[in-house]
Amino acid sequence: MTAAAMARGRFVPFALGLGTLAAFFVAVEVLIRLNAINRYIVPMPSQIALAFERVILEEDIVARFWLTFKEAMIAGLMIALVGISIGVLFYRFSLLRRACETWVAAMASAPTVLMYPLFLVIFGRSMWTIIMMGFVAGLPPVILKTIEGFAGTRRVLLNVGRSFRLTPVQQFVKILFPAALPTIFVGVRLGLIFTLINIVGVEFLINFGGLGQLINDLAERYDLAGTYAAICFVILVSVCFFVFTERVEKWLRPVD
Amino acid sequence: MTQLRIVIVLTLLVTWELVARSGLLYRDVVPSLLAIGGAVYKLLSSPDYYYHLGVTASEIGTGLAIGGITGLVVGIVLGANRFLSRTYESFLYYLGPTPKIIFFPIMIMWFGVGPGSKIAMGTLSCFFPIALSAAAGMRQIDKVLIRVGRSFRANSWQMATKIYLPAMRHPTINGVRLGLGVAIIGTLLAETKLSNRGVGFLIIQAYSLFDMPRMYAMLIVLFVLAIGANALIGRLGGLDSLKRA
Repeated sequence: MTAAAMARGRFVPFALGLGTLAAFFVAVEVLIRLNAINRYIVPMPSQIALAFERVILEEDIVARFWLTFKEAMIAGLMIALVGISIGVLFYRFSLLRRACETWVAAMASAPTVLMYPLFLVIFGRSMWTIIMMGFVAGLPPVILKTIEGFAGTRRVLLNVGRSFRLTPVQQFVKILFPAALPTIFVGVRLGLIFTLINIVGVEFLINFGGLGQLINDLAERYDLAGTYAAICFVILVSVCFFVFTERVEKWLRPVD
Repeated sequence: MTQLRIVIVLTLLVTWELVARSGLLYRDVVPSLLAIGGAVYKLLSSPDYYYHLGVTASEIGTGLAIGGITGLVVGIVLGANRFLSRTYESFLYYLGPTPKIIFFPIMIMWFGVGPGSKIAMGTLSCFFPIALSAAAGMRQIDKVLIRVGRSFRANSWQMATKIYLPAMRHPTINGVRLGLGVAIIGTLLAETKLSNRGVGFLIIQAYSLFDMPRMYAMLIVLFVLAIGANALIGRLGGLDSLKRA
């Protein structure tokens, strides 16, 4: 297949996808103008696009974004430190791992976000409720992937370390941890995604914080165009974050 | 290993009771195990709870049915056609991780403050994991099976029901399990935000009244039910026999 054909093969689906999205927005705009869709329930896409500037300038969106980002980074740092430490502990003591690993997996699938009223009581209506909710949601994948990363280290690398008579600490620092790092990063990335989802969600639910609180605020003011614009902004932030972490993961994991 | 688990659980329970009795934290933030046990008993023996549980279960079930069927259809279509997959699957992939609760104000405007908006939240939440699992499942179906179906001149419906769905049962069931988990979360969060019925409403009511033992009791029962429902779907889907095979 020629390079031109390959480029066409990538460009045509991408263009068609964007074209479909644009056609959908045009169709909604026309239907609202024809009063087929109630404009007091669904604002026109053109109004939503114009509301972006107003929301960015009047709603202090940069400060809100940084607040959400700060919460996500604090929670992310906590899940990395605590999750990797617990993962190392479980790898080191296999009996403990066999006893607790299924509980960690169960915690990953449990609806822990529903504990937010409990965290509100413990931490109050503050940033720490949001951070702790993000921490609890993001912790299990980091632990599980850390265990997987260490357990999946190639035996030949460990044997090389032993042949050089490395101490356990040297073995860990020079061989185990670097070998497990790509898998650990996958866990941290998954954990960060769950953390961000929960942080924005809890901000919305308790009406406190950054981007999530903005959506709640605009909805309560019945600023429809602003609400839809804020939701689009949060989706954009989420997609950019997901793409960025995906790129970093691909960079850390070269093709085998 | 079982003994270690028992030791860990007992240690956690004893630590909890000591913290509850120590007075280090505000009294009801960490209620005693006896208070929580009593609250669980009162909850499970209250007919009112089962009414609200029924409301929540029906909202989750309806949302899962609608989101599951549409997700399955979309997943099969995308998985069966490479061009459509490359064009539209990235939308599902990148929109999947967004927090769906932010769409709740829109759901309220479209479907009202009643069960409709909660069902819509459940539908939206479970659609993405089921569609993505179905699309991935379609792509890993053995091509031989597809050729056999075509050689028997099976129509689209027959291909879907006799070839695609049985062959992709494992990833579909896993997708439905994931979808159930997020549908439970989406529906319950919607109930905590704005509702006057359902388990989510009861949780927020307990928080408003600062009835912490009751809140802990509801969370414990909810977690047990969620894990049980997940295991039941896995069992009904025959995942155990697949794993053994």
